[in-house]
Amino acid sequence: MPAWWLWTFYATIAFALVYVVLYPAWPMVTRATGGVLGWSTRADVAAEIARFEAANEPMFARLLATDPAAVAADEDLHRFAVAAGAAIFRAQCSQCHGAGAAGVQASGFPNLLDDEWLWGGTTDAIVTTVTHGIRNETDPDARYSQMPAFGEELDAEEIEDLVAQVRALSHQSHDAARAAAGAALFETNCAACHGAAGEGSRDLGAPVLANAIWLYGGSEAAIRQTITFSRWGVMPAFGARLREAEIRAVALYVHQLGGGE
Amino acid sequence: MSILDHHRKIETHATLLLVLSLLVVAIGGIVQIVPLFYLENTIEKVEGVRPYSPLELAGRDIYVREGCYVCHSLMIRPMRDEVERYGHYSLAAESMYDHPFQWGSKRTGPDLARVGGRYSDDWHVQHLRDPKSVVPESVMPPYAFLFGREASPRHVADRLRADRAVGVPYDEAMIAAARADFLAQADPGQDPGGLLERYPGAQARNFDGLPGTSEADALIAFLQVLGTMVDFSTFTPDPGR
Repeated sequence: MPAWWLWTFYATIAFALVYVVLYPAWPMVTRATGGVLGWSTRADVAAEIARFEAANEPMFARLLATDPAAVAADEDLHRFAVAAGAAIFRAQCSQCHGAGAAGVQASGFPNLLDDEWLWGGTTDAIVTTVTHGIRNETDPDARYSQMPAFGEELDAEEIEDLVAQVRALSHQSHDAARAAAGAALFETNCAACHGAAGEGSRDLGAPVLANAIWLYGGSEAAIRQTITFSRWGVMPAFGARLREAEIRAVALYVHQLGGGE
Repeated sequence: MSILDHHRKIETHATLLLVLSLLVVAIGGIVQIVPLFYLENTIEKVEGVRPYSPLELAGRDIYVREGCYVCHSLMIRPMRDEVERYGHYSLAAESMYDHPFQWGSKRTGPDLARVGGRYSDDWHVQHLRDPKSVVPESVMPPYAFLFGREASPRHVADRLRADRAVGVPYDEAMIAAARADFLAQADPGQDPGGLLERYPGAQARNFDGLPGTSEADALIAFLQVLGTMVDFSTFTPDPGR
């Protein structure tokens, strides 16, 4: 046996003995031995998180102390909030609203870049939406409204008339005769939430129908689907996942994307 | 005469060699085997972790069958980047009823250990049908076929028994009601009362938005419960672990 081989073997034994003394190693009856260095991944991660939180704390404290609407006036704070909000948006929001916040129309995930808001586009309104979410089962304060599925109340002809009327309201090509018949149906069934002229209602999260911005699409097929089966857009509540200051930061980020009020 | 020369006596005495070899192997064996008897103490006591409901368990089996673990892990490591992105690091207790566990170490996609409640059912539906429609840069293949395949409750009671055999605390009532619970969880027409009593915090609704119980229902039920069982507001981590 080569001597260096033997000595390497002895060295590994010595290393193991030192390691067992320094680091958590030996499983005992109630727990493993801790090691004299006191090394712990949990303590490490807690310390690292605390270090970064301490570094951000002055700015977050300032953010909490400032009225959300007034943050824009404080250039440093606004820059910090938008950068922090952008990071949170990428981790928490981008899966539904898109990395660029343009939303996904196929699933009714709203575009956050335009100036149309379902529940309001002020910083305060966005904070409320992010904190409590929409139509979720976890937060009793979630924003809530429910469009009826008119497939259960109207027949196929009436739904076609309504589709034409909704297309008419948004100035798209439509069958004028059907739209005329649909106007009365719209008045009785839809106007209470969406407004007589399709101007929508933010209290109810009822989308504006009189413009070219669509949540689920403005094609005849998409409108027919919406009227027949209704829609049920859910947003999770982030009040338990993010801290208040983080929610304000992400709201300020969304607010400055283009359509903030 | 060095100490190694004494070894010659052992090497030239068959019985002594046998006895001493046995002794060495026995010590080695005890050192390795005994800790297994108190392995339980590596699992921190936490509130809220319960066995999977029958539908969640079926969803978990689909997760395994489709090889989701090839790209997704179910374990958040205690590192700052992971905790900031995914949430509190995973605890041993959170996978104590997983057989086999799905911790994984390969992440082509993100960790899913706390994906429960993070997205709406609609998002999961759209994402399983066509991942690229919601995450354009995704390389995940579509799983649209899950929506057309019925999830059958035929073997679910046996499935619970199998897990009980390896230590998951399913009781007789759970096994007797397995089929009913399986069908009740994704059917808004049924009263989920019994299900919620047996599996506190279970979410009962029509996950995929389609009639019947599809494999997508089962998978989404599983995804929506992941990481939601422990109430971290009542949990203080033991830093020594």
